[in-house]
Formats: sequence, structure tokens, C-alpha cells
Amino acid sequence: MKYDSIADLVKIAEEQGVNISDVVIKDQAMVREVTEAEAYAQMEKSLNVMRESVLEGIDKDKRSASGLTGSSAYKMRVVVDEGKNICGKVFGEAMVKALAVSETNACMGKIVAAPTAGSCGILPAAILTIMEDKGLDEEKAVKALFTASAVGMVIATKASIAGAEGGCQAECGSGSAMAASALVEMCGGTPKMAEHACAIALKNILGLVCDPVAGLVEIPCIKRNAMGVANAFVAAELALAGIESAIPADEVIWAMKKIGDSMSPALKETADGGLAATPTGKALCKKVFG
Amino acid sequence: MDAFDIIGPIMIGPSSSHTAGAVRIGKYAGSILGKKAVKADIYFSGSFAKTYKGHGTDKAIIAGILGMETDDARIRNSIEIAAEIGLDFHFHEVDIDGAHPNTALIELVAEDGKKVSVQGASIGGGNIIITKINDTEVNISGKATTIIVHHRDVPGMISDVTNILARRGVNIGRFELRRSQKGGIAVMIIEIDGNVDEGVNEAISSFPNVTASTILKAI
Repeated sequence: MKYDSIADLVKIAEEQGVNISDVVIKDQAMVREVTEAEAYAQMEKSLNVMRESVLEGIDKDKRSASGLTGSSAYKMRVVVDEGKNICGKVFGEAMVKALAVSETNACMGKIVAAPTAGSCGILPAAILTIMEDKGLDEEKAVKALFTASAVGMVIATKASIAGAEGGCQAECGSGSAMAASALVEMCGGTPKMAEHACAIALKNILGLVCDPVAGLVEIPCIKRNAMGVANAFVAAELALAGIESAIPADEVIWAMKKIGDSMSPALKETADGGLAATPTGKALCKKVFG
Repeated sequence: MDAFDIIGPIMIGPSSSHTAGAVRIGKYAGSILGKKAVKADIYFSGSFAKTYKGHGTDKAIIAGILGMETDDARIRNSIEIAAEIGLDFHFHEVDIDGAHPNTALIELVAEDGKKVSVQGASIGGGNIIITKINDTEVNISGKATTIIVHHRDVPGMISDVTNILARRGVNIGRFELRRSQKGGIAVMIIEIDGNVDEGVNEAISSFPNVTASTILKAI
């Protein structure tokens, strides 16, 4: 498979009467010259690393090497445990996990890029949260990772998953779209709904710039992961309710590519523009690097 | 495309392009040298030049040159490890004209004086493209086992080399031939399915017109 169209993926799944993940597992086993069980086992390993990076990230005393960030997952954990967060249990849990994985990453801990390290908190937060909340089998989570990977592969083929090429829309945007499609499949939605969820999630993040303070994957990346998982839930929820994206996912990806191309280099991971160029952003940079 | 390029790599943070991708570029350069490096000059261009300190790109490249994988916890301490084992390394910020925003050029020297120069770009999600080996422009993803053959530009070389692979049942996925000038030194870049043993390398190297042959494992 070429992974150059979400619509084609959906069409194949619909024709065979299966989920997108079933199509992708079969294809990937063939490409990698392994059995479907072996491909599944490898993805299961990624899910396990995701779980570990959530646990590692919830730490009261955690600080990144730069000293700029840390312990926000812990703070969120406390509020959710006390039942005091305003968005309810699912959103609260998702935010805890997204922050935790992102903070593990900022501390040079072990994570699974999904699709990148800068956006590594979104997909695990979405999948692990809905799995726990709905009491789903782990198999659904592992399979959903294949669905997410397919969405990511199309975006990587037709646009970009690198902040340096397409801004943050290419990283947290892609992660959010991947997570939205995965959530739809895990919650019993159709492949077509997964396509709409992908389109909606991506549309909401179009144009987002990559402007890391001091060039570090910390500010604003960690909080954008919390936003990214929230956006994934919004998109999945809408799609599962039967709400459709007026613009097809493949055209949204096309728009994303065009927007990324027209973005100034200052807004594509060079730490020359956006938040990195604010007085506070510059002061923080000076604090770290002198 | 590969699902595990998107959900993956499993890696040490903080940046897939600036850390994991950089480890891979370094690792590829190290394996092209094929022996222990004693000196390394690393030239960062574009976003790499501007932000390498913050992303640990320096640690990552050195870790890769030392042969570490993207998920090796020692990446955090690679600078100290390199100093301990006597690798003399220097970082330079440059502007390589027309290069991808995340580009590194690595010049390595081995104990016996063997030198290589490898230029690579980190294109997102930890994926890389090697764009130049010594003075030859290439296009290698490192995802397949790659055989690089330097040879004199004379007739029959392609069939000599590919026959060796054919006789061993090796399937070629991609083949590229580059030459700087007619009759000069040419380079074959052969990506194959699966793996081959060093015997293939010896067989290819035995042709009088082959000046160097290297098998690079997928990274």
C-alpha cells in the first residue's frame, strides 16, 4: 500500500467490511516480511513503552535538564484524583497522561515518537485513557495504534510530520489527527467516521507554528500535547455523533502542506519567532544558555 | 511505508528529528567508517545549527558515532563517554547551501588515518536521508541493507556486481549509479531485501576495478 490517501484506506476497509487497523496490520506484516502476530507484538511493545513513560512522568520533583519545566503532570494528577478538575474524569486523565509523557521526553527519558517526540504525549494519552475508562481489551489499543500509524503515514507522505518543515501543525496536529482516528475505532465507529475525525482534528490545528522557547522541546510543547489530546477527543466525539467534516481529510492534509510551505522559517522550529521571540522567551533562553 | 516509522522510534527524548534522527545520522557515519573513530568534526546547518544544544543533538550525534541506538539511556552521557575513550570531537555551526533544515555533515577519522565524510538530513519522526558520502551525492534512507561499491567507471561493472547478488538469491530493491565524470570513479548504491553476509563484500571487493565496497546494515 502507498499510504497516500485516507479515502483509499477507508474504501479498502469498507469493501472488506473490516476496521482500518485490520487492513494496516495485514499490509505491514507483508512489507516487513513478518507474520501478523509478529507485527502485532512489535506494536504491543510500543504500547508498553507508552505506559512506562506515563508512569515515569508523574513525579512531584521532576525537572527537565534545562530546569525550565517539570511536575505539571503531577499537579494535574492531584487535582484529578481529588475530583476537582472542571472537565470531568476522561479529559482530566487524558491531560495527566499527555503531560506525563511529554515531561518524560523533556527529561531525556524513554518515549515512543508518535509521530514525533515533540508530540509524543497525545496518542498514548488518548488510547490509554479510553481503554481504562471503557474497560477495553488491550488488543483494541494495540490495533488502534496501527490505525493511527496509517493516518500518520498518509500525512508524512502528502504533507510532513516535521516541525522544521510544517510547523507544529505537522507534529501536534498529526498526533492529534492520528489519536482522533484511533479513538473512533476503539469506540466502535466506522472507518468513515475515523476519516472525519482525522479531518476535524487536523482542521482545528491548521496553521499552528513551531516556536519552541530556547529551541527546547518544552515550552510550549508540553502544554500543546495536553491541547492535542483534548482536540483529539473533540474530533472523535463529533465524528462518533455522526457529524461530518465538510472538507475531506485528504484535502485538509493538502491544505496543511500548503500552509506549512508558506510559513516563515522563523516559525518552523528555528526558535527565531513566535513565543521564542517574546521578551520572556528570550530571557528564558538566556537563563539556560547564557 | 512503515507503521513503525510513525509510531516510533522508541527513543530517548527530547526530539525525534534533533535527537533520534541525529543518533541515526551519526550511527550511519560510524558504520561507513567501519572502525573506531578517533576524530570527529560535526558541522550543523539550519535548525540543527540554531538549536542543537537545546535538543541534545550534539550528544545524539556523538552517541550515534559510538554505535548507540536511539533508545540507549547512555545518550545523555555520550559526551563524557566519548571523552573517556579518546574521541577528539568538535562542533561547528555552518550554513550548507540548499540543504534540508536539519542537516549535519560528519567528518570522521579512524586510527589508521581512514577518513569519511557523511552528510545527512533528519526529515522528521526520527527518519533520515543520507545525502552525501565523501564527494558523492546519494539518497539513502538507511531502512534497507545498503551496499556501496566504489569502482572505476569501466564497462561490465554493474553486471559483475549484480551477478554476485543474483547467484546468492539476493533481491535488489533499489539501484543507483553515480559518477563524478566519465571514466572516473563511480559509486553503486544497492538497497537489498533482507541481509547478506560479509562473503558478498569479499566477492565484490575481489574485482580489480572495485576500489572499495561496504555493506551497511539497516538502521
